Amino acid sequence: MNIIFLILDILVDIIMVVLPLFLIVAYTTYSERKIIGFMQSRLGPTRVGPFGFLQPIADVIKLLTKEIILPSNANKGLFLTAPIIMLVPSLLVWSVIPLSEYFVIANINAGLLFILALTSLSVYGVILAGWASNSKYAFLGSMRSAAQIIAYEIAMGFALVGVLMAAGSLNLQEIIISQRGGMFNWYWLPLFPLFVIYFIAGVAETNRAPFDVSEGESEIVAGFHVEYSGVAFAMFFLAEYMNLILISILVSIMFFGGWLSPFENTFLDIYFSWIPGFIWLSIKTLFFIFIFLWLRATLPRYRYDQIMRLGWKIFLPITIIWIFLEGIMIYYKIEPWFII
Amino acid sequence: MNVEIIIFYIFSLLLLSSSIAVVTLNNPVKSAISLVFSFFSSAILWLLLNAEFLSIILILVYVGAVMVLFLFVVMMLDINISQVQEGFVKYLPIGIFVFATIAGLLSYFFYNQFENSDDNIITSIDLIGTDNTKNLGYLLYTEYILAFEIAAIILLLGIISAITLTLKKSATNKYQNPSDQVNVSKKDRLLIIRDEDRIK
Repeated sequence: MNIIFLILDILVDIIMVVLPLFLIVAYTTYSERKIIGFMQSRLGPTRVGPFGFLQPIADVIKLLTKEIILPSNANKGLFLTAPIIMLVPSLLVWSVIPLSEYFVIANINAGLLFILALTSLSVYGVILAGWASNSKYAFLGSMRSAAQIIAYEIAMGFALVGVLMAAGSLNLQEIIISQRGGMFNWYWLPLFPLFVIYFIAGVAETNRAPFDVSEGESEIVAGFHVEYSGVAFAMFFLAEYMNLILISILVSIMFFGGWLSPFENTFLDIYFSWIPGFIWLSIKTLFFIFIFLWLRATLPRYRYDQIMRLGWKIFLPITIIWIFLEGIMIYYKIEPWFII
Repeated sequence: MNVEIIIFYIFSLLLLSSSIAVVTLNNPVKSAISLVFSFFSSAILWLLLNAEFLSIILILVYVGAVMVLFLFVVMMLDINISQVQEGFVKYLPIGIFVFATIAGLLSYFFYNQFENSDDNIITSIDLIGTDNTKNLGYLLYTEYILAFEIAAIILLLGIISAITLTLKKSATNKYQNPSDQVNVSKKDRLLIIRDEDRIK
């Protein structure tokens, strides 16, 4: 009987995370169109509902009712499993994300490694989609994206090694707790180069502008998901935006103190202590989502060899040097890198 | 029945069937995906043994990195599968021999291991906690530091030799010098011809 309650409890937790997540994804697309619209002196969607506020719902209905077209000579099984392979890891990662000081679905000890392992799986969806579509554009897009993801994953992993060295733990809650003591104790300051590299590598991992060579509209139409339509396309779309939100929330957790209040240890703490941790985490996450959109509106696309050079020859050496320096700091017990 | 046992049997079955699929499927891409799947199943088996670090690292390194490159290569090559399968009967005796040797040695080893000792080796070394990841790190940097360093040096050698093997400098190589690109000025790229110049 106990196990049934346990499973029910976990199911309720999962629904509590996944349903709001889908809603946030829908409205991230809306805010992306609105924000980029305003940045380019346009209005963005205005027709459906007040200020176009129901536009994402109309989009969802449109995508759900469209036909899934199978290209001729496509590998049918792989063609249809590729979006699922893409979507599942990006959903699964949310099981270890601490959304407040009390709420996390699975508070596992190796949380950071779990996230790294799962984010490295999304490349399969891209490769298989490109290969199974039997289309040159899709194949080119998936090749580009796979090379890019592998290149940036290493820098990303090393940046997280820096975080776990400073926190002394792989558990995400403990990483947040080790950043206690106001916004200057958060890891963005002592680990500043790693924070910048992690965020840029995160943009590259999600295949978003300015690293969107895998989709590159002007060169290869839409990249690896050229041949997809309807729900199958919606799944790629969902996975991309969930990864975007995930990278934003991970940056806030690893480098910006997660659900910690920025006013700890200052005179402002009393006035803001009533705000729950979840709100702080949401504000930080929304800020980084905004930066993602801002980057897309501002920067032109990188050239392919520039992306490779940036990943392998600039980011990788910087992270290695910084981890080395951090090791020295920890060895000589210098604060704030060293925490008992 | 225990939940762990059910999970164990499900994933052992998946592991065996996907391993068989790796060698029997006709499409090399599908074989590679079966291999990914078998790695995944074995990672879950390790997770059942409370080896969460090893199982996650298996997914991170083998599934997330090694197999991606494998899949990459397999997709790019045009492999004629019938040619590859031609020598099946010819090599079958050698295959059976290798299989029998490995299976025999492993079963002999495991049989002796569990017959002669009541507890496994790990309990004889003092550990610092119950956290598998911490214990592993602690042991790697104290008890097994030499083996760890040797493995690191072998890996470094592997990296260096792989790079020297593939790095071929030839006249046909196209290479962009980034500092040249940054230092480009307008007159390097743009030739302005005025109308007056043309009339002369």
